[in-house]
Amino acid sequence: MTVKYSRDHEWVDISNHEAATVGITLHAQDALGDVVFVDLPEVGATFAQGEVAGVVESVKAAADVYMPVAGEVVEVNEALRADPSLANTDPLGTGWFFRVRVSDLTQFDALMDEPGYAEFAKGA
Amino acid sequence: MTAPATDLKTTPLNALHLELGARMVPFAGYSMPVQYPAGLMSEHRHTRTAAGLFDVSHMGQLRLTGADAAAAFETLIPVDVIGLSVGKQRYGLLLNDEGGILDDLMFFKESDDSLFVIVNGACKVADIAHITARIGQRCTVQPLPDRALLALQGPQAATVMARLAPGIEQLVFMTGGNFAVAGADCFVTRSGYTGEDGFEISVPASEAEALARALLAQPEVAPIGLGARNSLRLEAGLCLYGNDLDTSTTPSEAGLNWAIQKVRRTGGARAGGFPGAEKVLAQIDDPTLLKRKRVGLIATERVPVREPAVLENMDGQQVGQVTSGLLSPTLNQPIAMAYVSPDYAAPGTELFAMVRGKPVPMQVGAMPFVPAHYFRG
Repeated sequence: MTVKYSRDHEWVDISNHEAATVGITLHAQDALGDVVFVDLPEVGATFAQGEVAGVVESVKAAADVYMPVAGEVVEVNEALRADPSLANTDPLGTGWFFRVRVSDLTQFDALMDEPGYAEFAKGA
Repeated sequence: MTAPATDLKTTPLNALHLELGARMVPFAGYSMPVQYPAGLMSEHRHTRTAAGLFDVSHMGQLRLTGADAAAAFETLIPVDVIGLSVGKQRYGLLLNDEGGILDDLMFFKESDDSLFVIVNGACKVADIAHITARIGQRCTVQPLPDRALLALQGPQAATVMARLAPGIEQLVFMTGGNFAVAGADCFVTRSGYTGEDGFEISVPASEAEALARALLAQPEVAPIGLGARNSLRLEAGLCLYGNDLDTSTTPSEAGLNWAIQKVRRTGGARAGGFPGAEKVLAQIDDPTLLKRKRVGLIATERVPVREPAVLENMDGQQVGQVTSGLLSPTLNQPIAMAYVSPDYAAPGTELFAMVRGKPVPMQVGAMPFVPAHYFRG
């Protein structure tokens, strides 16, 4: 399994752990509503797990995007910056936020799998 | 999703909101729809281009009756009530003894001895207590909790209303009357909170759901939640009580001198005689007394600016604060209302809103941000 989920409603796809992809979940984008703005981290910046790495905003609300696994940002999604609505229309695909070189794979292993996250989101 | 708190009240349209798939949130003590499945942007655009139906039943409705009602109400608000013609509606401000704004409201003259008043939901209990305490001896203060309030707003609202209540289209902005709308006995004014042409419809709670269904059955009409209501009113430059107005704000600071007619100002036939009159009139007579002013701000960068962002000048000094701000769905630019030091209130003034520690350049601009389309006949 290469995709796992954080308690802050981010997903991480680790199929390439030199550049694991991070985005927000279907549940997160639904709770926010129409996304109108994203603030993405600088490429080259490093973050600890749980640190604020970005911001996603709808007309009515702003939410922080937390780093689900520690590491260095190696790429950000410029297409999302240009068209933040991708976070609503394709949050698990073209609406990804950034890619990160994961520094500790055990952090990934400790995240929730899909059924676990589905159960978690139900109670959120 | 968390379960709704059990102490929340519901409006007569609660079952309909749930049936329509609304996301419900607590607001002013009520469980209210913040958006429907179409989403805020779509709902906002629908209201600007067609007709949006709003449930605003959380708002307070009351009637003041008696031969002395208009004169008595004038002792609470700095507004010409006596001189308002029967059949017309006016904006008013309930003031405290320091000239601070307790609430903003709309009132309608039903007859020479009857006023229909609509106040904000979050303030209604305090307002009714205040009004009763101050003028309850001079007129009858009758809360109307068994009435719902709907608003139909947008360029196609009049077409829809004319279909369900022929003749109603002859109302002009800020007038009203009693009409049978789709068979329901309603009190209707041509007014609203979006900047669009539209109607506000007071209806007995028992008839509210049938009326809402009849309105939603019209092809032009879609349900609109509180989220879009907020973005629509901000684009229209209309204040939200609790954000842009509160007890620390005076009418002049809020840029609401237009709501104080000449007859109640210094030199007028019924000058003063309302709470805080000395301070309020002094600020109108000598604007240099003002320490801050409400302004509109528009940003060129596409970074949303929200309340309570601090505003700084070029030198990094704090000169004001945002009280409402969001990305305008119509303009696709950040817009905001703010209070700033008078030196920074002139149109064109450049300010910086601090967002997550970074300055976002904004410019003082005219309100409304989006032109109003009131129907004046």
